[in-house]
Amino acid sequence: MSATDKGEAPLRSEHDIVLARQQVRRLTQELKFSLVDQTKMVTAASELARNAVIYGGGGMMQWEVLSADGRRGLKLRFADEGPGIPNLELAMTDGWTSGKGLGMGLTGTKRLVNDFDIDTKVGAGTRVTIARWT
Amino acid sequence: MDRIPILRMGDYLLVTIQVDMHDQLAMTLQDDLTTAVQRTGAKGVLIDISALEMVDSFIGRMVADISSMGKILGAETILVGMQPAVAITLVELGLSLPGVATALNVERGMVLLRRKIEADGTDVSDR
Repeated sequence: MSATDKGEAPLRSEHDIVLARQQVRRLTQELKFSLVDQTKMVTAASELARNAVIYGGGGMMQWEVLSADGRRGLKLRFADEGPGIPNLELAMTDGWTSGKGLGMGLTGTKRLVNDFDIDTKVGAGTRVTIARWT
Repeated sequence: MDRIPILRMGDYLLVTIQVDMHDQLAMTLQDDLTTAVQRTGAKGVLIDISALEMVDSFIGRMVADISSMGKILGAETILVGMQPAVAITLVELGLSLPGVATALNVERGMVLLRRKIEADGTDVSDR
């Protein structure tokens, strides 16, 4: 397994959410994801980037191109230093929302990707890592 | 400030979204459209998203809200031109946009709009 490409981008404003989407679109195009897979990954990135900006008070998106068993993939990590999620089980329920969204953010995003991992602690921020393979 | 233009065509309003919208731009469009419906007395709104490569939960909610607000103000909203990859992603995300009427393209959207307005018993010919 070798990583050939990695990088990061700040998530501080709404404009950064748009830039994150465009970056993920470029990466998935380079990796020759199908159009549907590109759209899923870009949408997942948009949801998580918005969470980091709105609920996490800003953060970072890190990307890494993966390669294993002849397949290529893209891993994205969204990290913020915000208040964290007090009840993760509840937050991972379809339809649950803390107010502004539709309650589809986390669970919906999980359905759009192959790998999904969330690490959150009250007062210590939230880190969500997702990956999708070709 | 950025704005998405709203075109008036008789009793209808047409909006073509051609840029990757940031959240504030989507909110501005929602405000502008509801204001335009009220000001023009439009009976229908067509939102063309054929150029949009992604619709996330925020934009999805904005579209659903425009549709509900329009209805309260007496206008039907039709969302037209959604790309197949966007539709697949939206449903998997959990957003099936209940209550939002859709059509494949602007032309079919117009037909649907006319039919809906006639079904409501509203005479648009003498406006």
